[in-house]
Amino acid sequence: MTAAAAFFYLFAGLAIASGFMVIASRNPVSSVLFLILAFVNAAGLFVLMGAEFLAMILVVVYVGAVAVLFLFVVMMLDVDFAQLRQGFQRYLPVGGLIGAIFLIEIVLVVGSWTIDPGLVQAPLGNPTSGESFTNTYALGRVLYTEYAYFFQIAGLVLLVAMIGAIVLTLRDRPGVKRQNIAVQNARTQAMAVETRKVPSRQGVEV
Amino acid sequence: MIGLSHYLTVAAILFTLGVLGIFINRKNVIVILMSVELILLAVNINLVAFSTHLNDITGQVFALFVLTVAAAEAAIGLAILVVFFRNRGSIAVEDVSMMRG
Repeated sequence: MTAAAAFFYLFAGLAIASGFMVIASRNPVSSVLFLILAFVNAAGLFVLMGAEFLAMILVVVYVGAVAVLFLFVVMMLDVDFAQLRQGFQRYLPVGGLIGAIFLIEIVLVVGSWTIDPGLVQAPLGNPTSGESFTNTYALGRVLYTEYAYFFQIAGLVLLVAMIGAIVLTLRDRPGVKRQNIAVQNARTQAMAVETRKVPSRQGVEV
Repeated sequence: MIGLSHYLTVAAILFTLGVLGIFINRKNVIVILMSVELILLAVNINLVAFSTHLNDITGQVFALFVLTVAAAEAAIGLAILVVFFRNRGSIAVEDVSMMRG
């Protein structure tokens, strides 16, 4: 068994085991941490396949952003998670049956066909990597030319998601004092200061 | 020798785990969202496996777009979850049918 095969089985086994723990874990915080582990192992699989750029993007985007977002939300919501797990035992047989059937079908499909070897050997239009260029170069070369419009639409999707998340979670609370710079600047001496004549030894009513 | 079918099998198992997670955690929206992330990860593994096997970069471009959509979906989903929790004090999926307008 070569080193590549050993690493494949390591990454694949850890990814599947942590994927199972994501759905079976009792505590949602450990669910999120197992999700992070699954993504890191998937990134290892990507490196083994030769897609280095996507592997690093997976680590940066998922582990760095999405999983931490999940972690924030899980810790921020004060929810009784034990109560949410009540149906677990009841749904397990049906879900397990459907999952097993689904898995057997997919594995049968994967095992029963092969790709025409001539198609694999023949170089297609945009190779993934080569002698003179890296995977990142190959990806960038098509991403900004052939898929430029799709790239911009992807940026638009992210913009809409950002604005949507902000609009959804922004709340303006009544009764909170905020600084109003225009009002502050418009204050004059006549509005702010009152001059009174104070009689001697009598003081002044406030 | 590790070939295409090995990666496809891993992706199939991860996909099934994601579907199973949606079935058995019917009440917990956060775990359902994580299951959706697992499903999208399985799809990405499939795309990248075919891309490298056929030596064509297009699959990786699509995997990048799937990644983008998955990130946007997670952000919006969690934002909706936070707003829902703020309004009702619970995240049980059964209560979501009470939402109007």
